[in-house]
Amino acid sequence: MLEALEGSQAIARAVAMCRPQVVAAYPITPQTHIVEGLSGLISSGTLSAQYISVESEFSAASVVMGASAAGSRSYTASAAQGILLMTEVLYNTAGLRIPTVMTVANRAVSAPLSIWNDHQDSMSVRDSGWIQLYCASNQEAVDTTIQAFFISEKTEIPVMVCVDGYTLTHTLEPVDLPAQEDVDAFLPPFRFRRTLDPGAPLTVGTLVSPDFFTEARYINHQAIENAKEIIREADDLFFGLTGRRSGALISQSGNPSGKTGVLVMGSVFGTLSDALASHDEKDQIRLLKLRSFRPFPNEELREAVRGLETLIVLDRSLSPGSGGGILGMEVRSALFGQKSAPRIINAVAGLGGRDLPLSLLGSLVNLSKSPDTPEFLFADIKRSRISEEIFPVKKTNHAEKSSWKNFP
Amino acid sequence: MEELPLSASLNLLREQQPRFTGLEAGHRACQGCGQALAARLVLEAAGPDVIVANATGCLEIFSSAWPESAWRTPWIHSLFENTAAVASGIEAAMRAQGKSTRVLAFAGDGGTFDIGFQALSGMLERNHSVLYVCFDNEAYMNTGVQRSGSTPHGAWTTTSPVGSKTRGKRHYKKDLLSIISAHRMPYAATASIAYPSDLRSKVRKALGEEGSTFILVHSPCPLGWGHESRLSVEIDRLAVETGLFPILEMDRGNVINVMPIRKKRPVIDYIRTQDRFRHLLEESEIAQEERDHLQALCDFNIERYGLMVGPEDDPSRLDTQSADTVTRGGERWA
Repeated sequence: MLEALEGSQAIARAVAMCRPQVVAAYPITPQTHIVEGLSGLISSGTLSAQYISVESEFSAASVVMGASAAGSRSYTASAAQGILLMTEVLYNTAGLRIPTVMTVANRAVSAPLSIWNDHQDSMSVRDSGWIQLYCASNQEAVDTTIQAFFISEKTEIPVMVCVDGYTLTHTLEPVDLPAQEDVDAFLPPFRFRRTLDPGAPLTVGTLVSPDFFTEARYINHQAIENAKEIIREADDLFFGLTGRRSGALISQSGNPSGKTGVLVMGSVFGTLSDALASHDEKDQIRLLKLRSFRPFPNEELREAVRGLETLIVLDRSLSPGSGGGILGMEVRSALFGQKSAPRIINAVAGLGGRDLPLSLLGSLVNLSKSPDTPEFLFADIKRSRISEEIFPVKKTNHAEKSSWKNFP
Repeated sequence: MEELPLSASLNLLREQQPRFTGLEAGHRACQGCGQALAARLVLEAAGPDVIVANATGCLEIFSSAWPESAWRTPWIHSLFENTAAVASGIEAAMRAQGKSTRVLAFAGDGGTFDIGFQALSGMLERNHSVLYVCFDNEAYMNTGVQRSGSTPHGAWTTTSPVGSKTRGKRHYKKDLLSIISAHRMPYAATASIAYPSDLRSKVRKALGEEGSTFILVHSPCPLGWGHESRLSVEIDRLAVETGLFPILEMDRGNVINVMPIRKKRPVIDYIRTQDRFRHLLEESEIAQEERDHLQALCDFNIERYGLMVGPEDDPSRLDTQSADTVTRGGERWA
């Protein structure tokens, strides 16, 4: 049954349906409504779980790590600075192969301070070893959250469910929550085979010498590569249960033989889909929605871009000094050396919550029409807003008296 | 008696020990390591139905080099500064699963006084039923003897060196027990490896409480303090007898018991034993000033906590060193 739900409320109710036993919560905009929602569900008795209000995101990540290691299904949510504060724990959790699920309400990272949406936060921990799934709508956020517990517990790899802050978390959309019995059938109770149990003591988190370290990392690497199969399986099983798919690793819409591709992650897919419906050249456009950023579906991406002349990669994050956006670099790397690979244009847009309007599709597609379009560009920059004050090119940080002229 | 091969007789010996051995022999601690002794004593009293969360530090390193482990309890090491939070999560999981397994958190002074302090304060405020044990060797020993918030005033470390401009650590040792106890949790105590039965009884007392409990165990480090390995216990007893490290029990912020000093020793007897204080033994005005200063700290502790035995004292206060033969959780794992 469809209900009009704010993204955060829908996610909170989806999490509750997964029956987590330990929830760690620390407020940060724009995630806070999710843990508030869970707090309410526990308070009213809808969900029976230990709700731990921690003193930092660092401890939130540590609490769920400890709880999962001790055999309880656990959940937390965060965003932006919170994700960066957690970073050390995120690497540790993945390295120890402790299953847990976290919602990332994607937000820009300070400075400059911004509470609005882009993907810099989750991108900054792309190498932590977590699975990262990006959601295009509130319905996908609900479905992916439930699938995430399945994926995490089956792969023993923690999963980040990435939802765009405000655009999804604070927006009402019609959402269908699955029946509790369907979720229970999909997601059996958590039984962690490496749990901390005095009856069968394990030593977890040991010092590993150079003799074994490479092998341990190899196993981590193989495990997340193999998770692609589990992510597909979860989407298939969920389809059997609800009739809905969330797009497994990567999915496409528009004309499958269109020559111009636009690849995106997250909620901007909805905007571009709407724009596509009334676009003059819709027959030439193929929309690609990347759901699984980690593991990155190299093979599936190569298949999805087959026949494209131009691929425009829309980036919501930046790697300053690298010459590109982060998603753009990943896509280039995946397609490098491929026969008849498309021309790739990497466009950064929508940083720090800048609106991504319906007209975005047209301006992206137009980029493909000029041979002079650079490989990388800021698609929605307003150059008139760059003032002397924020870009003081004529000043230096050196003492007034010192000048290059004084050097022999 | 029938001759047994060495390994078999060692096994027999271990099996006949009355207490649970949570930290087995064969680990890689230095000779005379106070922390290794303290951790074994804590688990003797606490085990075997416990889960241990361990901070990064010497204890973690010497006990768990893959593929070997000295632990007979379930044990997890996550990071340096999150031990109290990991323990909180484990405790929450035990509650969620309706299990009575007790949760211990082990950390050194760097992981407790400094980098892990925020997570610890959060755990205490939320009153998780975790016994947090800090093995206090008064510096970052695992990284090679750097000053911590616990290093005593005047002590040499590699980052509080002795030279013409500096004379060891300038600042005071953080009064952690008062800070911990200000969280108004049910039990907080100090202990010393020189008094093992006292330490064991404190562990049992702490585990008898619902809610957060804390024990700070003074644990000599021969390498970092600069003394012979065989002197660890003796030196730690001097730390208590001089009043420099008072042995206390606190209940919701109030001192409830102290270990009385039978015969007060001057602080010079303690600092003379360790190279980290060697510069304080010089014949100079500044060294004399520092010695007087440390003695004043001891006298302050003695007065503040009433550590000297007076004629009005109940003789039962002297029982803290009584022989402890009570076994708890003595069943060993096969």
